[in-house]
Amino acid sequence: MSALVATFRRDLALMWGGGGGALAPLGFFLGATMLVPLAMGPERNLLAAAGPPLVWIAAALAVLATLERLFQADLEDGSLDHMLLSPEPLELIVLAKGAALWVAVGLPLALASAPAAIALQAPPELVPAIVLSLLLGMAAFIGIGLVGAAVTAGVKRGGVLIALIVLPFFAPPIIFGSAVAGGEHVGAALSVLAGFALAALALGPIAAAAALRLQAE
Amino acid sequence: MLTYLANPARFMAFSAWAAPIFLVAALALLAIGAPWGLFYSPADYQQGETVRIMYLHVPTAWWSMGIYAFMGAASFVGLVWRHALADVAARAAAPIGATFAAVCLITGSLWGAPTWGTWWEWDGRLTSMLALFVIYLGYIALWSAIEDEEKAARLAAILCLVGLVNLPIIKFSVDWWSTLHQPASIMRAGGSSIDPSMMGPLFAMAGGFLCLFAALLMMNMRAAVFRRRVEAARLRGADA
Repeated sequence: MSALVATFRRDLALMWGGGGGALAPLGFFLGATMLVPLAMGPERNLLAAAGPPLVWIAAALAVLATLERLFQADLEDGSLDHMLLSPEPLELIVLAKGAALWVAVGLPLALASAPAAIALQAPPELVPAIVLSLLLGMAAFIGIGLVGAAVTAGVKRGGVLIALIVLPFFAPPIIFGSAVAGGEHVGAALSVLAGFALAALALGPIAAAAALRLQAE
Repeated sequence: MLTYLANPARFMAFSAWAAPIFLVAALALLAIGAPWGLFYSPADYQQGETVRIMYLHVPTAWWSMGIYAFMGAASFVGLVWRHALADVAARAAAPIGATFAAVCLITGSLWGAPTWGTWWEWDGRLTSMLALFVIYLGYIALWSAIEDEEKAARLAAILCLVGLVNLPIIKFSVDWWSTLHQPASIMRAGGSSIDPSMMGPLFAMAGGFLCLFAALLMMNMRAAVFRRRVEAARLRGADA
């Protein structure tokens, strides 16, 4: 158990320490959100109709940008070998790393989505649901992203490759997440999102751990 | 090295004559199906002549999904039993599947323009086919990004299996999201709703494309095996 807690705390420290690594995705998120009205025009009605779901696109891209180094750093400095030697199953260690990523990056992004959605003219009463949907959505993105990060860990400059691999799998959370942001079937969409997040967190670490065992060979 | 080639040797002996046979069968079926569908089958009472695009669109749609399922099976075999030829098969199938998906998307778009009045509609089936196409591209890109072939094979197999689990979910979610495309009309409860006069050319084309896949797959696999043999020979030469 302590190995899992240690991994979680180490990853959290690495992401929050070292020059505010976890703040960069947040800045990316706000920058991308800022571009939306610039592209669509600042007209209130148009923004209110189409803007809020775009928070989801910005959040998906922001979390995508953090995946490239997730396992690559561990592979390069030998931490991965230690994880393989640990008595804890690699799947749980991967899940602990995913949990650290969720706390360091997912949680701030979900909270930042509140002002971002309001700025994009989302109705204020919908904002708690949007934040909740992104809390779930970040878990889903990270569950899928673990697999993409693990299979590309050995590839130099694999950022675009990760995006190509992972983006089609982001379709289900985006669909149900933007349904929440658009105010349609909010309760049902949140339930499906929660189900997808649980499935991604259950299956993603298994596939990611299988890939990491190969990477370390 | 010899034990490694033991199974491929049998495959090479088989495919040496099977690949041309399948190629001839494919060309024969397509030579029958294409004129039958394009000239001698009836036009649709609503869609008119544009219905003929179906004879290209529907078979490529079926097999682009079928090929992914084949790749999933091959990846599973490669991952579990470490069967080198299964890895080769999965890799060889991917560009063919991606091409079929692309043909399906392009013909669907050409058909949509006069029939639906739009080149592209963000409809459930179109979107999930596009997602399948992107997944194919990601799979191919992963293979070519990793230099160590054996490692690339395993990692691509994991990705392929993850895709296999996810494809139904993506399909279900985009179907829920928006649907304009007509539902399945051939494989459905209560029998087919398509006119029997259109079934003949459709199945001829579908059979033709299946044989084409088999022939291209074997040719791709043979090329991969030959390439490995050349590399092995080069390494032996370097040792001597």
